[in-house]
Amino acid sequence: MSTQVLSETQAEPLIGLSSRVWLYRTIFVVAMLGAWQAASGTLLDPFWVSSPAAVFKTLVAWIADGQLAYHLLITFKETLAGFVLGATAGVLLALLVGANDTLHRTVDPFVTAIYGVPKVALAPLFIMWFGIGLAPKIVLAAISVFFLVFFSTLRGVREVDLKMVDALRTMGAGKLAVQRIVVFPSALPWLFTGLKLGLPYGFVGAVAAEMMASNAGIGYLTQNSAGQLDTAGVFAALFALMVVTTLLNEALGRLEGWIFRWR
Amino acid sequence: MRSAHLSVVPAQDGEVPCASAVELRGVGKTFNSRSGQVEVLSGLNFSLQSGEFLAIVGPSGSGKSTVLNLLAGLDRPTAGSVLCQGEPVAAVNTGIGYLTQHDSLLPWRTVEQNVAVPLELRNIDRAEISARVRDLIGQVGLDGFERHYPSQLSGGMRKRAMLARTLIYDPPVLLMDEPFGPLDAQLKLVLQAELLKLWSARRKTVVFVTHDIVEAITLADRVLVFSPRPCRIRIDEPITIPRPRQVHEVRFHPAFEEHYRRLWAALEAPARRSS
Repeated sequence: MSTQVLSETQAEPLIGLSSRVWLYRTIFVVAMLGAWQAASGTLLDPFWVSSPAAVFKTLVAWIADGQLAYHLLITFKETLAGFVLGATAGVLLALLVGANDTLHRTVDPFVTAIYGVPKVALAPLFIMWFGIGLAPKIVLAAISVFFLVFFSTLRGVREVDLKMVDALRTMGAGKLAVQRIVVFPSALPWLFTGLKLGLPYGFVGAVAAEMMASNAGIGYLTQNSAGQLDTAGVFAALFALMVVTTLLNEALGRLEGWIFRWR
Repeated sequence: MRSAHLSVVPAQDGEVPCASAVELRGVGKTFNSRSGQVEVLSGLNFSLQSGEFLAIVGPSGSGKSTVLNLLAGLDRPTAGSVLCQGEPVAAVNTGIGYLTQHDSLLPWRTVEQNVAVPLELRNIDRAEISARVRDLIGQVGLDGFERHYPSQLSGGMRKRAMLARTLIYDPPVLLMDEPFGPLDAQLKLVLQAELLKLWSARRKTVVFVTHDIVEAITLADRVLVFSPRPCRIRIDEPITIPRPRQVHEVRFHPAFEEHYRRLWAALEAPARRSS
Protein backbone atom coordinates (compact mmCIF):
# COMPACT_ATOMS: atom_id res chain seq x y z
CA MET A 1 0.00 0.00 0.00
CA SER A 2 2.64 2.46 1.07
CA THR A 3 4.83 1.56 -1.91
CA GLN A 4 1.89 2.27 -4.19
CA VAL A 5 1.49 5.72 -2.68
CA LEU A 6 5.20 6.36 -3.07
CA SER A 7 5.30 5.36 -6.72
CA GLU A 8 2.25 7.53 -7.40
CA THR A 9 3.86 10.64 -5.90
CA GLN A 10 7.08 9.97 -7.81
CA ALA A 11 5.25 9.58 -11.10
CA GLU A 12 3.31 12.80 -10.66
CA PRO A 13 5.51 15.31 -12.58
CA LEU A 14 4.97 14.39 -16.21
CA ILE A 15 8.43 15.52 -17.32
CA GLY A 16 11.41 15.79 -14.97
CA LEU A 17 12.99 19.18 -14.28
CA SER A 18 16.14 18.48 -16.29
CA SER A 19 14.23 17.32 -19.34
CA ARG A 20 12.01 20.40 -19.06
CA VAL A 21 15.17 22.55 -19.05
CA TRP A 22 16.34 20.74 -22.15
CA LEU A 23 13.00 21.46 -23.78
CA TYR A 24 13.35 25.19 -22.97
CA ARG A 25 16.89 25.18 -24.32
CA THR A 26 15.72 23.68 -27.60
CA ILE A 27 12.93 26.25 -27.86
CA PHE A 28 15.50 29.02 -27.18
CA VAL A 29 17.87 27.81 -29.92
CA VAL A 30 15.09 27.31 -32.46
CA ALA A 31 13.70 30.80 -31.68
CA MET A 32 17.09 32.46 -32.04
CA LEU A 33 17.95 30.70 -35.29
CA GLY A 34 14.42 31.30 -36.60
CA ALA A 35 14.66 35.01 -35.86
CA TRP A 36 18.09 35.21 -37.51
CA GLN A 37 16.86 33.34 -40.58
CA ALA A 38 13.73 35.50 -40.84
CA ALA A 39 15.62 38.77 -40.36
CA SER A 40 18.30 37.87 -42.87
CA GLY A 41 17.27 39.16 -46.29
CA THR A 42 14.27 41.07 -44.93
CA LEU A 43 15.48 43.39 -42.12
CA LEU A 44 19.22 42.87 -42.57
CA ASP A 45 21.46 42.44 -45.58
CA PRO A 46 22.65 38.79 -45.73
CA PHE A 47 26.02 40.07 -47.00
CA TRP A 48 26.77 41.29 -43.44
CA VAL A 49 24.92 38.82 -41.25
CA SER A 50 24.66 35.76 -43.47
CA SER A 51 21.93 33.30 -42.35
CA PRO A 52 21.70 29.98 -40.50
CA ALA A 53 20.95 28.20 -43.76
CA ALA A 54 24.04 29.63 -45.49
CA VAL A 55 26.24 28.82 -42.49
CA PHE A 56 24.86 25.29 -42.47
CA LYS A 57 25.56 24.94 -46.20
CA THR A 58 29.16 26.10 -45.72
CA LEU A 59 29.60 23.68 -42.83
CA VAL A 60 28.29 20.78 -44.87
CA ALA A 61 30.61 21.68 -47.76
CA TRP A 62 33.63 21.94 -45.44
CA ILE A 63 32.80 18.65 -43.76
CA ALA A 64 32.39 16.99 -47.17
CA ASP A 65 35.76 18.13 -48.55
CA GLY A 66 37.55 17.45 -45.23
CA GLN A 67 38.58 21.09 -44.75
CA LEU A 68 36.79 21.48 -41.41
CA ALA A 69 38.35 18.36 -39.88
CA TYR A 70 41.80 19.40 -41.10
CA HIS A 71 41.71 22.93 -39.67
CA LEU A 72 39.91 21.94 -36.46
CA LEU A 73 42.45 19.21 -35.79
CA ILE A 74 45.33 21.67 -36.16
CA THR A 75 43.78 24.19 -33.77
CA PHE A 76 42.86 21.37 -31.41
CA LYS A 77 46.44 20.02 -31.40
CA GLU A 78 47.93 23.44 -30.75
CA THR A 79 45.52 24.16 -27.94
CA LEU A 80 45.90 20.74 -26.36
CA ALA A 81 49.69 20.91 -26.42
CA GLY A 82 49.62 24.45 -25.02
CA PHE A 83 47.03 23.47 -22.43
CA VAL A 84 49.05 20.51 -21.18
CA LEU A 85 52.30 22.51 -21.06
CA GLY A 86 50.76 25.60 -19.46
CA ALA A 87 48.68 23.67 -16.93
CA THR A 88 51.58 21.44 -15.87
CA ALA A 89 53.88 24.42 -15.41
CA GLY A 90 51.13 26.33 -13.60
CA VAL A 91 50.44 23.52 -11.12
CA LEU A 92 54.10 22.74 -10.40
CA LEU A 93 55.04 26.38 -9.91
CA ALA A 94 51.97 27.03 -7.75
CA LEU A 95 52.90 24.09 -5.49
CA LEU A 96 56.49 25.34 -5.26
CA VAL A 97 55.62 28.98 -4.63
CA GLY A 98 52.78 28.07 -2.27
CA ALA A 99 55.07 25.92 -0.12
CA ASN A 100 57.50 28.74 0.58
CA ASP A 101 56.21 31.97 2.05
CA THR A 102 59.33 34.03 1.27
CA LEU A 103 59.36 32.86 -2.34
CA HIS A 104 55.66 33.62 -2.60
CA ARG A 105 56.07 37.16 -1.32
CA THR A 106 59.11 37.75 -3.54
CA VAL A 107 57.59 36.71 -6.88
CA ASP A 108 53.96 37.70 -6.27
CA PRO A 109 54.15 41.32 -7.59
CA PHE A 110 56.04 40.27 -10.73
CA VAL A 111 53.71 37.42 -11.59
CA THR A 112 50.72 39.69 -11.04
CA ALA A 113 52.27 42.37 -13.28
CA ILE A 114 52.92 39.91 -16.11
CA TYR A 115 49.41 38.49 -15.66
CA GLY A 116 48.05 41.95 -16.41
CA VAL A 117 49.64 42.04 -19.89
CA PRO A 118 47.14 40.98 -22.55
CA LYS A 119 48.59 37.67 -23.74
CA VAL A 120 47.41 38.19 -27.32
CA ALA A 121 49.73 41.21 -27.52
CA LEU A 122 52.63 38.78 -27.19
CA ALA A 123 51.65 36.91 -30.38
CA PRO A 124 53.78 39.04 -32.79
CA LEU A 125 56.78 38.47 -30.54
CA PHE A 126 56.26 34.70 -30.52
CA ILE A 127 55.80 34.66 -34.29
CA MET A 128 59.11 36.52 -34.58
CA TRP A 129 60.80 34.02 -32.31
CA PHE A 130 59.23 30.78 -33.41
CA GLY A 131 58.12 31.34 -37.02
CA ILE A 132 54.70 30.62 -38.45
CA GLY A 133 54.44 26.89 -37.65
CA LEU A 134 52.68 25.29 -34.69
CA ALA A 135 55.20 26.54 -32.10
CA PRO A 136 54.06 30.17 -31.59
CA LYS A 137 50.42 29.04 -31.29
CA ILE A 138 51.31 26.41 -28.72
CA VAL A 139 53.36 28.92 -26.72
CA LEU A 140 50.60 31.52 -26.76
CA ALA A 141 47.99 28.96 -25.72
CA ALA A 142 50.34 27.69 -22.98
CA ILE A 143 50.95 31.18 -21.58
CA SER A 144 47.24 31.97 -21.57
CA VAL A 145 46.45 28.73 -19.70
CA PHE A 146 49.47 28.99 -17.39
CA PHE A 147 48.43 32.12 -15.53
CA LEU A 148 44.86 31.03 -14.90
CA VAL A 149 45.94 27.61 -13.63
CA PHE A 150 48.82 29.09 -11.62
CA PHE A 151 46.73 31.68 -9.78
CA SER A 152 43.84 29.35 -9.16
CA THR A 153 46.04 26.52 -7.85
CA LEU A 154 48.09 28.92 -5.75
CA ARG A 155 44.90 30.17 -4.13
CA GLY A 156 43.97 26.58 -3.32
CA VAL A 157 47.43 25.86 -1.90
CA ARG A 158 47.25 28.93 0.31
CA GLU A 159 43.81 27.96 1.59
CA VAL A 160 44.82 24.47 2.69
CA ASP A 161 43.55 23.60 6.16
CA LEU A 162 46.61 24.01 8.40
CA LYS A 163 45.05 21.75 11.03
CA MET A 164 45.15 18.91 8.52
CA VAL A 165 48.77 19.70 7.77
CA ASP A 166 49.61 19.67 11.50
CA ALA A 167 47.75 16.39 11.94
CA LEU A 168 49.80 14.83 9.14
CA ARG A 169 53.05 16.19 10.57
CA THR A 170 52.44 14.61 13.98
CA MET A 171 51.79 11.32 12.17
CA GLY A 172 55.30 11.58 10.76
CA ALA A 173 54.79 13.24 7.36
CA GLY A 174 57.74 15.13 5.85
CA LYS A 175 57.40 18.15 3.56
CA LEU A 176 56.93 16.12 0.36
CA ALA A 177 54.42 13.80 1.97
CA VAL A 178 52.41 16.79 3.22
CA GLN A 179 52.36 18.17 -0.35
CA ARG A 180 51.29 14.84 -1.82
CA ILE A 181 48.75 13.76 0.79
CA VAL A 182 47.18 17.06 1.89
CA VAL A 183 48.15 20.11 -0.14
CA PHE A 184 47.73 18.78 -3.67
CA PRO A 185 44.40 16.99 -3.11
CA SER A 186 42.96 19.95 -1.24
CA ALA A 187 44.04 22.36 -4.00
CA LEU A 188 42.56 20.08 -6.65
CA PRO A 189 39.12 21.74 -6.80
CA TRP A 190 40.86 25.10 -7.34
CA LEU A 191 43.12 23.54 -9.94
CA PHE A 192 40.05 22.34 -11.81
CA THR A 193 38.51 25.80 -11.71
CA GLY A 194 41.74 27.05 -13.30
CA LEU A 195 41.64 24.34 -15.96
CA LYS A 196 38.04 25.08 -16.85
CA LEU A 197 38.71 28.82 -17.06
CA GLY A 198 41.96 28.22 -18.93
CA LEU A 199 40.63 25.97 -21.68
CA PRO A 200 38.75 28.65 -23.66
CA TYR A 201 41.67 31.04 -23.18
CA GLY A 202 43.96 28.38 -24.62
CA PHE A 203 41.78 28.34 -27.74
CA VAL A 204 41.79 32.13 -27.82
CA GLY A 205 45.61 32.12 -27.75
CA ALA A 206 45.94 29.53 -30.48
CA VAL A 207 43.29 31.11 -32.75
CA ALA A 208 44.67 34.63 -32.28
CA ALA A 209 48.16 33.50 -33.28
CA GLU A 210 46.69 31.66 -36.28
CA MET A 211 44.90 34.80 -37.42
CA MET A 212 48.15 36.74 -37.45
CA ALA A 213 50.40 34.35 -39.35
CA SER A 214 49.33 30.93 -40.47
CA ASN A 215 48.09 28.83 -43.32
CA ALA A 216 46.02 26.40 -41.28
CA GLY A 217 43.69 26.21 -38.30
CA ILE A 218 40.37 27.74 -37.35
CA GLY A 219 41.93 31.17 -36.96
CA TYR A 220 43.24 30.99 -40.52
CA LEU A 221 39.86 29.74 -41.76
CA THR A 222 38.09 32.71 -40.13
CA GLN A 223 40.61 35.19 -41.43
CA ASN A 224 40.59 33.67 -44.89
CA SER A 225 36.77 33.68 -45.12
CA ALA A 226 36.65 37.29 -43.97
CA GLY A 227 39.27 38.15 -46.59
CA GLN A 228 36.97 36.74 -49.26
CA LEU A 229 34.00 38.64 -47.74
CA ASP A 230 32.43 35.24 -46.95
CA THR A 231 30.41 36.01 -43.78
CA ALA A 232 28.91 32.52 -43.73
CA GLY A 233 32.43 31.08 -43.67
CA VAL A 234 33.40 33.23 -40.65
CA PHE A 235 30.32 32.12 -38.75
CA ALA A 236 30.83 28.49 -39.74
CA ALA A 237 34.44 28.48 -38.48
CA LEU A 238 33.45 30.13 -35.18
CA PHE A 239 30.53 27.76 -34.76
CA ALA A 240 32.79 24.74 -35.22
CA LEU A 241 35.19 26.15 -32.61
CA MET A 242 32.31 26.77 -30.22
CA VAL A 243 31.13 23.19 -30.50
CA VAL A 244 34.62 21.86 -29.75
CA THR A 245 35.21 24.06 -26.69
CA THR A 246 31.76 23.20 -25.32
CA LEU A 247 32.41 19.48 -25.71
CA LEU A 248 35.83 19.75 -24.07
CA ASN A 249 34.43 21.76 -21.18
CA GLU A 250 31.74 19.14 -20.72
CA ALA A 251 34.44 16.44 -20.67
CA LEU A 252 36.39 18.38 -18.02
CA GLY A 253 33.20 18.73 -16.00
CA ARG A 254 32.60 14.97 -16.13
CA LEU A 255 36.19 14.31 -15.06
CA GLU A 256 35.77 16.76 -12.20
CA GLY A 257 32.58 15.04 -11.06
CA TRP A 258 34.37 11.71 -11.03
CA ILE A 259 37.43 12.98 -9.14
CA PHE A 260 35.37 14.79 -6.52
CA ARG A 261 32.91 11.96 -5.92
CA TRP A 262 33.79 12.19 -2.18
CA ARG A 263 31.84 15.42 -1.83
CA MET B 1 70.87 16.46 54.38
CA ARG B 2 71.63 17.10 50.76
CA SER B 3 73.64 13.90 50.46
CA ALA B 4 70.87 11.99 52.18
CA HIS B 5 68.46 13.28 49.62
CA LEU B 6 70.78 12.28 46.78
CA SER B 7 71.17 8.80 48.19
CA VAL B 8 67.44 8.29 47.92
CA VAL B 9 67.34 9.07 44.20
CA PRO B 10 68.87 5.83 42.86
CA ALA B 11 66.50 3.75 44.95
CA GLN B 12 63.55 5.62 43.43
CA ASP B 13 65.00 5.04 40.01
CA GLY B 14 65.06 1.36 40.80
CA GLU B 15 61.37 1.40 41.65
CA VAL B 16 60.35 3.32 38.54
CA PRO B 17 62.38 1.94 35.65
CA CYS B 18 61.20 4.41 33.01
CA ALA B 19 61.64 8.13 33.41
CA SER B 20 58.47 10.19 33.18
CA ALA B 21 56.64 9.64 29.92
CA VAL B 22 55.82 13.32 29.76
CA GLU B 23 57.38 16.13 31.71
CA LEU B 24 57.01 19.92 31.69
CA ARG B 25 59.64 21.93 33.58
CA GLY B 26 59.03 25.60 34.23
CA VAL B 27 57.23 25.96 30.91
CA GLY B 28 56.15 29.41 29.80
CA LYS B 29 54.49 30.42 26.55
CA THR B 30 53.81 33.92 25.35
CA PHE B 31 51.98 34.66 22.13
CA ASN B 32 52.39 37.88 20.19
CA SER B 33 49.03 39.17 19.16
CA ARG B 34 47.98 42.42 17.57
CA SER B 35 46.98 43.85 20.95
CA GLY B 36 50.34 42.97 22.49
CA GLN B 37 51.83 39.99 24.21
CA VAL B 38 49.61 37.37 25.79
CA GLU B 39 51.16 35.17 28.44
CA VAL B 40 49.30 31.88 28.25
CA LEU B 41 51.54 29.65 30.34
CA SER B 42 54.10 30.53 32.96
CA GLY B 43 56.18 28.35 35.24
CA LEU B 44 54.15 25.24 34.51
CA ASN B 45 55.46 21.98 36.01
CA PHE B 46 53.94 18.54 35.85
CA SER B 47 54.92 15.05 34.86
CA LEU B 48 53.23 11.80 33.94
CA GLN B 49 54.38 8.25 34.36
CA SER B 50 54.22 5.83 31.53
CA GLY B 51 50.72 4.43 31.18
CA GLU B 52 49.12 7.17 33.24
CA PHE B 53 45.85 8.79 32.19
CA LEU B 54 45.86 12.50 32.96
CA ALA B 55 42.94 14.82 32.43
CA ILE B 56 43.32 18.59 32.27
CA VAL B 57 40.30 20.75 33.08
CA GLY B 58 40.19 24.51 32.93
CA PRO B 59 38.29 27.53 31.66
CA SER B 60 38.48 28.17 27.94
CA GLY B 61 41.55 30.11 26.91
CA SER B 62 43.51 28.79 29.88
CA GLY B 63 46.19 27.20 27.75
CA LYS B 64 45.09 23.56 27.81
CA SER B 65 45.40 23.19 24.05
CA THR B 66 48.70 25.09 24.14
CA VAL B 67 50.11 22.41 26.45
CA LEU B 68 49.12 19.73 23.92
CA ASN B 69 50.61 21.70 21.02
CA LEU B 70 53.88 22.04 22.96
CA LEU B 71 53.92 18.29 23.63
CA ALA B 72 53.21 17.61 19.96
CA GLY B 73 56.10 19.88 19.01
CA LEU B 74 53.82 22.04 16.85
CA ASP B 75 54.75 24.99 19.05
CA ARG B 76 57.86 25.90 21.08
CA PRO B 77 57.81 27.07 24.69
CA THR B 78 59.18 30.57 25.34
CA ALA B 79 60.61 29.36 28.66
CA GLY B 80 61.39 26.04 30.30
CA SER B 81 61.56 22.64 28.68
CA VAL B 82 59.12 20.00 27.46
CA LEU B 83 60.18 16.37 27.60
CA CYS B 84 58.51 13.36 26.07
CA GLN B 85 59.82 9.86 26.84
CA GLY B 86 62.81 11.53 28.49
CA GLU B 87 63.76 13.42 25.29
CA PRO B 88 63.32 17.16 24.89
CA VAL B 89 60.73 17.96 22.23
CA ALA B 90 62.74 19.88 19.63
CA ALA B 91 60.83 19.26 16.41
CA VAL B 92 57.40 17.87 15.50
CA ASN B 93 56.94 14.97 17.89
CA THR B 94 56.05 11.87 15.89
CA GLY B 95 56.09 9.68 19.00
CA ILE B 96 52.65 10.91 19.97
CA GLY B 97 49.16 10.48 18.64
CA TYR B 98 47.24 13.75 18.61
CA LEU B 99 43.47 13.62 18.48
CA THR B 100 42.34 17.19 17.96
CA GLN B 101 39.00 18.78 18.54
CA HIS B 102 39.05 19.79 14.92
CA ASP B 103 37.97 17.27 12.30
CA SER B 104 41.21 16.53 10.47
CA LEU B 105 40.13 13.50 8.41
CA LEU B 106 41.03 13.94 4.74
CA PRO B 107 37.64 14.36 3.04
CA TRP B 108 38.83 12.89 -0.27
CA ARG B 109 39.89 9.60 1.32
CA THR B 110 37.61 6.83 2.48
CA VAL B 111 37.66 5.68 6.11
CA GLU B 112 40.12 2.89 5.38
CA GLN B 113 42.35 5.18 3.30
CA ASN B 114 42.33 7.76 6.12
CA VAL B 115 43.20 5.22 8.78
CA ALA B 116 46.02 3.92 6.57
CA VAL B 117 47.78 7.32 6.24
CA PRO B 118 50.25 6.92 9.16
CA LEU B 119 51.26 3.47 7.90
CA GLU B 120 51.69 4.74 4.33
CA LEU B 121 54.02 7.39 5.75
CA ARG B 122 56.06 4.63 7.35
CA ASN B 123 56.36 2.75 4.04
CA ILE B 124 54.74 -0.39 5.36
CA ASP B 125 53.76 -2.88 2.67
CA ARG B 126 50.20 -2.92 1.40
CA ALA B 127 49.16 -6.31 2.66
CA GLU B 128 50.14 -5.47 6.21
CA ILE B 129 48.50 -2.05 6.00
CA SER B 130 45.17 -3.47 4.90
CA ALA B 131 45.29 -6.17 7.58
CA ARG B 132 46.03 -3.70 10.36
CA VAL B 133 43.49 -1.19 9.06
CA ARG B 134 40.76 -3.81 8.93
CA ASP B 135 41.60 -4.97 12.44
CA LEU B 136 41.55 -1.49 13.97
CA ILE B 137 38.41 -0.37 12.12
CA GLY B 138 36.75 -3.38 13.75
CA GLN B 139 38.06 -2.40 17.18
CA VAL B 140 36.64 1.12 16.99
CA GLY B 141 33.31 -0.22 15.73
CA LEU B 142 33.35 1.04 12.16
CA ASP B 143 32.81 -2.32 10.43
CA GLY B 144 30.96 -1.87 7.16
CA PHE B 145 31.99 1.78 6.79
CA GLU B 146 35.48 1.16 5.38
CA ARG B 147 34.57 2.51 1.95
CA HIS B 148 32.60 5.54 3.19
CA TYR B 149 33.88 9.06 2.80
CA PRO B 150 33.97 11.30 5.93
CA SER B 151 31.08 13.37 4.55
CA GLN B 152 28.91 10.24 4.71
CA LEU B 153 29.63 9.63 8.40
CA SER B 154 28.05 11.04 11.57
CA GLY B 155 30.12 13.12 13.99
CA GLY B 156 30.64 10.18 16.34
CA MET B 157 31.78 7.92 13.51
CA ARG B 158 34.25 10.53 12.35
CA LYS B 159 35.69 10.62 15.88
CA ARG B 160 36.02 6.83 15.78
CA ALA B 161 37.82 7.03 12.46
CA MET B 162 40.18 9.67 13.85
CA LEU B 163 40.82 7.53 16.92
CA ALA B 164 41.63 4.55 14.70
CA ARG B 165 43.99 6.68 12.63
CA THR B 166 45.74 7.80 15.83
CA LEU B 167 46.02 4.31 17.33
CA ILE B 168 47.15 2.51 14.18
CA TYR B 169 50.80 3.53 14.44
CA ASP B 170 50.80 2.66 18.12
CA PRO B 171 52.25 5.87 19.59
CA PRO B 172 53.20 5.49 23.28
CA VAL B 173 51.63 8.85 24.20
CA LEU B 174 48.15 10.04 23.22
CA LEU B 175 47.14 13.68 23.31
CA MET B 176 43.39 14.28 23.17
CA ASP B 177 41.87 17.75 22.90
CA GLU B 178 38.19 17.67 23.88
CA PRO B 179 37.68 14.76 21.51
CA PHE B 180 34.08 14.15 22.52
CA GLY B 181 33.18 17.81 23.06
CA PRO B 182 30.52 18.38 20.43
CA LEU B 183 28.84 14.96 20.72
CA ASP B 184 25.54 14.28 22.47
CA ALA B 185 25.63 12.92 26.04
CA GLN B 186 24.73 9.35 25.21
CA LEU B 187 27.25 9.00 22.40
CA LYS B 188 29.86 10.57 24.64
CA LEU B 189 29.36 7.80 27.21
CA VAL B 190 29.65 5.11 24.55
CA LEU B 191 32.87 6.57 23.19
CA GLN B 192 34.30 7.09 26.68
CA ALA B 193 33.66 3.43 27.45
CA GLU B 194 35.39 2.40 24.24
CA LEU B 195 38.33 4.66 24.94
CA LEU B 196 38.72 3.11 28.41
CA LYS B 197 38.54 -0.37 26.90
CA LEU B 198 41.20 0.46 24.28
CA TRP B 199 43.35 2.21 26.88
CA SER B 200 43.27 -0.66 29.35
CA ALA B 201 44.27 -3.05 26.57
CA ARG B 202 47.17 -0.90 25.38
CA ARG B 203 48.13 1.14 28.46
CA LYS B 204 49.18 4.28 26.70
CA THR B 205 50.11 7.49 28.45
CA VAL B 206 47.21 9.86 27.85
CA VAL B 207 46.86 13.61 28.25
CA PHE B 208 43.16 14.34 27.88
CA VAL B 209 41.92 17.92 27.75
CA THR B 210 38.25 18.47 28.52
CA HIS B 211 35.93 21.05 30.04
CA ASP B 212 33.72 18.36 31.51
CA ILE B 213 34.59 17.48 35.13
CA VAL B 214 32.50 14.31 35.05
CA GLU B 215 34.35 13.10 31.96
CA ALA B 216 37.68 13.87 33.63
CA ILE B 217 36.81 11.88 36.77
CA THR B 218 35.36 9.02 34.73
CA LEU B 219 38.44 8.51 32.59
CA ALA B 220 41.53 9.74 34.40
CA ASP B 221 43.99 8.58 37.03
CA ARG B 222 44.73 12.21 37.85
CA VAL B 223 43.00 15.48 37.09
CA LEU B 224 44.74 18.85 36.84
CA VAL B 225 42.67 22.01 37.10
CA PHE B 226 44.13 25.01 35.29
CA SER B 227 43.46 28.60 36.32
CA PRO B 228 42.64 31.30 33.75
CA ARG B 229 45.77 32.56 32.04
CA PRO B 230 48.59 32.82 32.74
CA CYS B 231 47.81 29.29 33.69
CA ARG B 232 48.71 27.77 37.03
CA ILE B 233 47.78 24.37 38.34
CA ARG B 234 45.05 24.96 40.90
CA ILE B 235 44.79 21.36 42.01
CA ASP B 236 46.38 18.02 41.14
CA GLU B 237 43.75 15.49 42.14
CA PRO B 238 44.42 11.75 42.04
CA ILE B 239 41.20 9.87 41.27
CA THR B 240 40.72 7.01 43.72
CA ILE B 241 37.84 5.26 41.96
CA PRO B 242 39.14 1.75 41.19
CA ARG B 243 39.45 0.32 37.69
CA PRO B 244 37.98 -1.24 35.64
CA ARG B 245 35.35 1.49 35.65
CA GLN B 246 31.90 1.47 34.10
CA VAL B 247 31.41 4.90 32.57
CA HIS B 248 27.73 5.10 33.50
CA GLU B 249 28.32 3.94 37.08
CA VAL B 250 31.35 6.01 38.03
CA ARG B 251 29.14 8.84 39.18
CA PHE B 252 27.46 6.63 41.80
CA HIS B 253 30.76 5.66 43.41
CA PRO B 254 31.13 7.11 46.94
CA ALA B 255 34.42 8.84 46.07
CA PHE B 256 32.94 10.58 43.02
CA GLU B 257 31.10 13.27 44.95
CA GLU B 258 34.20 14.24 46.91
CA HIS B 259 36.30 14.49 43.73
CA TYR B 260 33.63 16.47 41.95
CA ARG B 261 33.28 18.93 44.83
CA ARG B 262 37.02 19.55 45.07
CA LEU B 263 37.52 19.94 41.32
CA TRP B 264 34.51 22.20 40.95
CA ALA B 265 35.72 24.39 43.86
CA ALA B 266 39.14 24.70 42.22
CA LEU B 267 37.61 25.53 38.85
CA GLU B 268 35.24 28.10 40.32
CA ALA B 269 37.76 29.85 42.61
CA PRO B 270 38.15 33.17 40.74
CA ALA B 271 34.41 33.71 40.40
CA ARG B 272 34.02 33.40 44.15
CA ARG B 273 36.87 35.78 44.81
CA SER B 274 35.46 38.46 42.56
CA SER B 275 31.91 38.30 43.94
